[in-house]
Amino acid sequence: MIRQTVLRVTAKLLIPYMLLFALYVQFHGDYGPGGGFQAGVIFAAGFILYALVFGLQNARRVARPALLEGLIALGVLIYAGTGIATMLLGGNFLDYNALNPEHPSQGQHLGILLVELGVGITVAAVMISIFFAFAGRERSS
Amino acid sequence: MRSLFAAVMLTGIYSFLGACWMLTLDAPDVAFTEAAVGAGIATILMLGTLALTGRQAKPPAHAPWLPLGVVILTGAALVYGTLDMPRFGDPQAPIQRYPTPSYIERNEREIQVPNAVTAVLASYRGYDTLGETMVVFTAGIGVLLLLGGRRRRRRQDGA
Repeated sequence: MIRQTVLRVTAKLLIPYMLLFALYVQFHGDYGPGGGFQAGVIFAAGFILYALVFGLQNARRVARPALLEGLIALGVLIYAGTGIATMLLGGNFLDYNALNPEHPSQGQHLGILLVELGVGITVAAVMISIFFAFAGRERSS
Repeated sequence: MRSLFAAVMLTGIYSFLGACWMLTLDAPDVAFTEAAVGAGIATILMLGTLALTGRQAKPPAHAPWLPLGVVILTGAALVYGTLDMPRFGDPQAPIQRYPTPSYIERNEREIQVPNAVTAVLASYRGYDTLGETMVVFTAGIGVLLLLGGRRRRRRQDGA
């Protein structure tokens, strides 16, 4: 679809703002609507739009499948690692108060930020991977 | 209607309408998810599947009366179920009495995050969200294993 001028130009205009909006939803989730899952999905949608317009090969060059597989695991590791860290600091699993015992609410803010980051990374990588897996298959005759 | 392409488009439109309902019900978090996943990514994945399989549904072998009866019965049961539900926005409804108010009150003291939804999801219900992340993780690994992106890429490189 790269030859379609309208699609190409519109996609080029939209994709940076989609990715930026995803980051906004990710890191502004404490204050406004949204959070890790929504941010990950919007981020993935930006990549999928890129792949639809500019071709799967180009998108694969940006988001290499090996990198995506690593990111899928990394998000879950960040989430579970936050829980392990709170245990090592003397709290319960995922008890963010332990991250900052003097100011529990700040510990909570940090914990929520880390956990949402983990969710966002995993969701974005999984959605892009699933799309690549579907779109990369050739039609079986 | 045999055109699967039209069916996929209608599903996408329905998801988008669902997102609008969520928004009018003051649930922008859910509306985001519905618009991005239901109307966006799921539609694209179904279109990708159509590109692999075909655009037309096979004509059914049987008359549609049995499925129609099942659908009507299920719909009637669901409508009957709604008769027992509390009135929309009723402050005495169970969901408004427990445990939502306690979370909203405790959030102001304990977490102090302006968006109470985030506080519940990531902190009070942190285990559940970890479980959901594991579900997404497992789904991704499963699709990658089944559709085998990795193996085929190696074959292409070797060729």
